[in-house]
Amino acid sequence: MVALLDVKKLKTYFFLERGVVKAVDGIDLKIKIGESLGLVGESGCGKSVTALSIMRLVPYPGKIVEGSVIFDGVDLLKLKEEEIRKTRGKKIAMIFQDPTTALNPTLTIGDQLAEVFQIHENMSKSEAYKAAKEMLDLVGIPSSQERLKDYPHQLSGGMKQRVMIAMALACKPKLLIADEPTTNLDVTIQAQILELLKDLKSRFSTSIMLITHHLGLVAELCDTVAVMYAGKLVEYANMRDVLKNPKHPYTKALLECIPDVTGRSKKLSFIKGSLPDPFNLPTGCRFHPRCTYAFEDCYNREPELREVSLNHAVACHLYEK
Amino acid sequence: MSDKLIEVINLTKKFPLESGIISTISNRLLGKKPRYIHAVNDVTLNIFKGETLGLVGESGSGKSTLGKCVIRLIDPTAGKILFDGVDITKLNHNEMRRYRRRMQIIFQDPYSSLNPRKTVGNIIKHMLELHNIAFGEDAKRKVTEILELVGLSREHYNRYPHQFSGGQRQRIAIARAIAIQPEFIVADEPVSALDVSVQSQILNLLIELKKKFNLTYLFISHDLGVIRYVSDRVAVMYLGKILELSSTERLYSSPMHPYTQSLLSAVPIPDPDISRNRIILKGEIPSPISLPSGCVFHTRCPHVFNECKSIEPKFIEVKDGHYVACHLYK
Repeated sequence: MVALLDVKKLKTYFFLERGVVKAVDGIDLKIKIGESLGLVGESGCGKSVTALSIMRLVPYPGKIVEGSVIFDGVDLLKLKEEEIRKTRGKKIAMIFQDPTTALNPTLTIGDQLAEVFQIHENMSKSEAYKAAKEMLDLVGIPSSQERLKDYPHQLSGGMKQRVMIAMALACKPKLLIADEPTTNLDVTIQAQILELLKDLKSRFSTSIMLITHHLGLVAELCDTVAVMYAGKLVEYANMRDVLKNPKHPYTKALLECIPDVTGRSKKLSFIKGSLPDPFNLPTGCRFHPRCTYAFEDCYNREPELREVSLNHAVACHLYEK
Repeated sequence: MSDKLIEVINLTKKFPLESGIISTISNRLLGKKPRYIHAVNDVTLNIFKGETLGLVGESGSGKSTLGKCVIRLIDPTAGKILFDGVDITKLNHNEMRRYRRRMQIIFQDPYSSLNPRKTVGNIIKHMLELHNIAFGEDAKRKVTEILELVGLSREHYNRYPHQFSGGQRQRIAIARAIAIQPEFIVADEPVSALDVSVQSQILNLLIELKKKFNLTYLFISHDLGVIRYVSDRVAVMYLGKILELSSTERLYSSPMHPYTQSLLSAVPIPDPDISRNRIILKGEIPSPISLPSGCVFHTRCPHVFNECKSIEPKFIEVKDGHYVACHLYK
């Protein structure tokens, strides 16, 4: 099947006074229609910048310096500002981590939702409001008619995130980018939102790109997983392969760090050191100072992401023979 | 069972919603009752010497308020806190100071809990001097020892907090807490602000220090995995109430309260082969300003029946050491 989204050699750098931060440094991703990809990594690994690059929303002083983002056959990076604006919200939509800052506090929920239909679907105001109400029903907000008149501060965090999802899905986008959609929510509310996303995915076959640091969410929602570390992909495979048979030392270690709720684990392992300084990335493999398997090659040469078994790609010198 | 270090008896903490002078006067003139946020509501529990009691709950459940009340960082509205047999809620400022030395707290955010204008060494040294433990060169020597104990080095003595990563800052906060050799430490979400790869380092450090100094922890977290890893016993909190308390093994293998059951089923597990019957709760945690009548959980409970709406369930021992507040168990 043809990929809906094909990101090739994407590089997004931030040009700061202190130097250049290579937030995203040459990554390739593919998402098919109806497929969901989990982009996983710790803070500062570049997963959010990847999403913003796809949407062409990279903030100053960041710049996409190289690569292409082919979406539905069109390179988004070559589109004019006018054209990309028509794509955003219509064909690709995004949900952010913090619904409180993503919603406009001075407009009612109804106004903000209806606006999407007025802009992208050329609806009249009353039609747009009707459509907005239907969207609130779809995402499971009770007494939706009254909620349309509410301002964001009158809703709880979980409800606000539902409104964000309603807004994102308003135009039936082909791709939904969800950047840590449940990180600010409690577990019981997270479970509700997760069910909602699963349900929407199966009903509308929307492709989803889930950005998260939480491998548990990936197991729930994703078909494929890409693991990022310091701006690079280190492992890219099916969800099951990544979680059950991880190959890269970073992925392995990350999985062993998670305290288990299902059984009393032995001593929890950890990854020595901390995340690298973005201004001063390690030579060779960026993970080598924290890797227990590091050998000479790792210091000198950067490993390339390559397939080591069917549909399982790893960037590690251990698998190069 | 071993000795009780702390006994919390009928502890209640409410915060007035309107504290301004105008609203106070207008309330009085209009004959309105002042409104309160009921953060902790009639909680009774024991913490035994040498154990880690995990306190788990969602945001707004009152777990941090309870933690702060236990060491009297905030004064409770009602109830007693016995520390080693002495009711510390009755102590005045000076008497309390002697007890402060025996209890410490580690906060969630290592970015705001360390003074940015002091060097790491001075932050810890100040603690030693404040509690008359060591002064001058002697204190300095002690500080370097403590730094090494928490996995930092003597070179870090003259650096400022901003020069450290989140995980290292939490090590500094831990160093400060253990510097005066307390018996009891409240750890309030100590790893929530950290990345997973660093989180486990800090958890292991806390466990190691506990063994070394025979510490007692009240470990507060919303993360059920973390709580399971560190705790000997676990208390589950919801809307200011403890709904269930038991040994860690028992709580995770056979949870009794419907809230605990749904909470455990809601945690996503990074293993596609573990399938569970997820209990999805309806709605959200109600407002702590006007608490639900009867059982606080009845508005979301899948097993709710008539009694739950009117009568508050008692916190009873169902099996040895397993306490539940639920009408299903009698």
